[in-house]
Amino acid sequence: MRNNLSTGETSRDLPEEVSRFAEAWRVFKKNTPAVWGLVIFIAFFIVAVAGWFLTTGETPVLDPAKVRLSEKLLRPLSPVNTDMVEPGDRPVFGIYLLGTDDLGRDVFARMMQGAWVSLTVGFVAVGISVVIGIILGGVAGYYGRARIKFMHVLCFIAFFASMILLASGRKEPALDLFVTSLLLATVSAVYHYLAARGGAGPRPLDFLFFDTFSVDTLIMRFVDIMLCFPSFFLILTIVALLPPNIYNIMIVIGLTSWMGTTRFVRAEFLSLREQDFVSAAKALGLSDISIIFRHMMPNAIAPVLVSATIGIATAILTEAGLSFLGFGVPPPHATWGNILAGGERFIFDAPWLMYIPGFSILTVVLSFNLFGEGLRDAMNPKLRKR
Amino acid sequence: MFSFTVRSFFQKAVTLFFISIISFLVVYLAPGKPSQIDPLNPRFTPEDLVRYRKEFNLDKPLHVQYYLYYKNLFTGQLKSWKDNRPVMGKIRERVMNSLWLFIVGTLITWSLSFPVGISAALRRGAFFDRFSTFLAYVLISIPGFFFAYILIQLVVKVFNVPVIGMYTFGMAQADIIYRVMDRIWHMVLPSILMALGGIALLSRYVRAQMLEIIHQDYIRTARAKGLSADAVYYKHGFRNALLPFITMFGLILPGLIGGSVIIESIFAWPGIGRMAFEAILARDYPVILTINFISAVLVLAGTFISDLLYMVADPRIRL
Repeated sequence: MRNNLSTGETSRDLPEEVSRFAEAWRVFKKNTPAVWGLVIFIAFFIVAVAGWFLTTGETPVLDPAKVRLSEKLLRPLSPVNTDMVEPGDRPVFGIYLLGTDDLGRDVFARMMQGAWVSLTVGFVAVGISVVIGIILGGVAGYYGRARIKFMHVLCFIAFFASMILLASGRKEPALDLFVTSLLLATVSAVYHYLAARGGAGPRPLDFLFFDTFSVDTLIMRFVDIMLCFPSFFLILTIVALLPPNIYNIMIVIGLTSWMGTTRFVRAEFLSLREQDFVSAAKALGLSDISIIFRHMMPNAIAPVLVSATIGIATAILTEAGLSFLGFGVPPPHATWGNILAGGERFIFDAPWLMYIPGFSILTVVLSFNLFGEGLRDAMNPKLRKR
Repeated sequence: MFSFTVRSFFQKAVTLFFISIISFLVVYLAPGKPSQIDPLNPRFTPEDLVRYRKEFNLDKPLHVQYYLYYKNLFTGQLKSWKDNRPVMGKIRERVMNSLWLFIVGTLITWSLSFPVGISAALRRGAFFDRFSTFLAYVLISIPGFFFAYILIQLVVKVFNVPVIGMYTFGMAQADIIYRVMDRIWHMVLPSILMALGGIALLSRYVRAQMLEIIHQDYIRTARAKGLSADAVYYKHGFRNALLPFITMFGLILPGLIGGSVIIESIFAWPGIGRMAFEAILARDYPVILTINFISAVLVLAGTFISDLLYMVADPRIRL
């Protein structure tokens, strides 16, 4: 008995240690649609990067913005008309692979550029929402039990009100409130400094530092509030009121879609917080930042990855919907969404203008969704060992 | 039960208060002023601008505007900036139109999802299961308006019926039966399109729920005592699988406003979603805010109803 436990003898009896990644991959590769999703995902990534290289620069190989009015609405694979088009304006290989649109622009070049822009919109939007989600969810899960002091609430309200007054153009009271909030912040900093140095016992101003609600309540109520907004309508409202700009769209989509990630991360953190390895890390004297990011986050990241993958798909669809309503990424940039929306007027004359971007979006979004679901199954511990 | 109701009302009122503040700030602090909506209009003189700002309280400080807006909303005096008609009246009119689509769409969703989901679960891994799963993913991955145009092309070419709008212009004098058919044809495509996303999600959910149920012990018992497959699955299985869906009755409420902006725009359906879109274009803040407020109320009411239903349906739940 003792021998068995002590030396390398036992390692052969125990099942071989499999890394989490290998285990997930084993489950994942059995899921054929998900594997196809991954393949298309990678292919799309390569196309998008290639699209970025081929369509930018002084003299791009594929010029998505070149207008050739004599070459309107040509079918896919139609050759360029060499009598009308200057040699410098001709598409590569002298052929319009995917036809031309109503301004005679090469749809292939626009699709290549659009792949990159759509990918960027998806990744940046999801990046923003994941960062917000991880921070808020992590704070709610890890520090959730901490209570916010009344003074801090006061301080925040003063600061927030001053910002609003500033934005509405009333500078005088805004300044007053801002100074007040700074003053309150200083007072509470001094209070906490003294509290940390001095021992127990009552201090002046204690009546201003009673506990109110917990950090967890604050963050999760905010999540509830954000979930009450109809998301597409909210995005549409903000995007329509802001000046048209590709960055605004990414930011707005990101800022309105972090709630799911926050909930996942919080739920994972609530269960991880009670586990022994976290207590061990605390006992070793590691800093909170190190515990959260080095030790807890890797264990909580699986559902975040899944929801991020599906989030990219949703962001691409949202951008297409906004483009359709006329509030998508504005012109010089082509996205699959606005090529599709622009092709809508030629539905009977030039159906390829709709079908090419439409089926491209469908394929890519479908592959992201299938890949995401496969990932979810692969990382689900219930489905392992089957 | 009573204490739950009171607590829940209090919480939801607080949530609603913050929602009202946030949506007000989002709309009012956005760059661009509603009074500048038409700067090139020669009839819009600076004096008019001042009058406009005064009329709609735009010259007052922000918190006063907030107070006045919600006071007007609750006393029913809120007027649209665009045509000076009462906002609630406009919304009521449009909601009645959307309601048709919503009801038909919901009926389609619920009556299709359950058979599809249950069959998929009972034939797990078979062709039907894999096919319906794949189809569900296709439906949630396709851009709604792209699919709408494919369907429009198809229906217009094959059946040769008009599909845009709520009814064909000039049909008012026609026989009642033609009018009814006309209305039905106009409603088919938009309500199917509104239902599709729901079918995809709900049927997946039904399938997952059913799969979980048929691995339970009491199903094995039912099978062991020799009941027919139908009795096992529909009497013992399905009843228990139904539980979570009772709660979803509450959660479909917000779909009345949320899911219809694009579909109603394509089909020129004079519903609430299209009105929201028009209000955004015209910077008609009272209408935007009111629609936002109503949909937040619908979300909160929906969660409340689903909590209550869950409590009624499942005696194990005590809130």
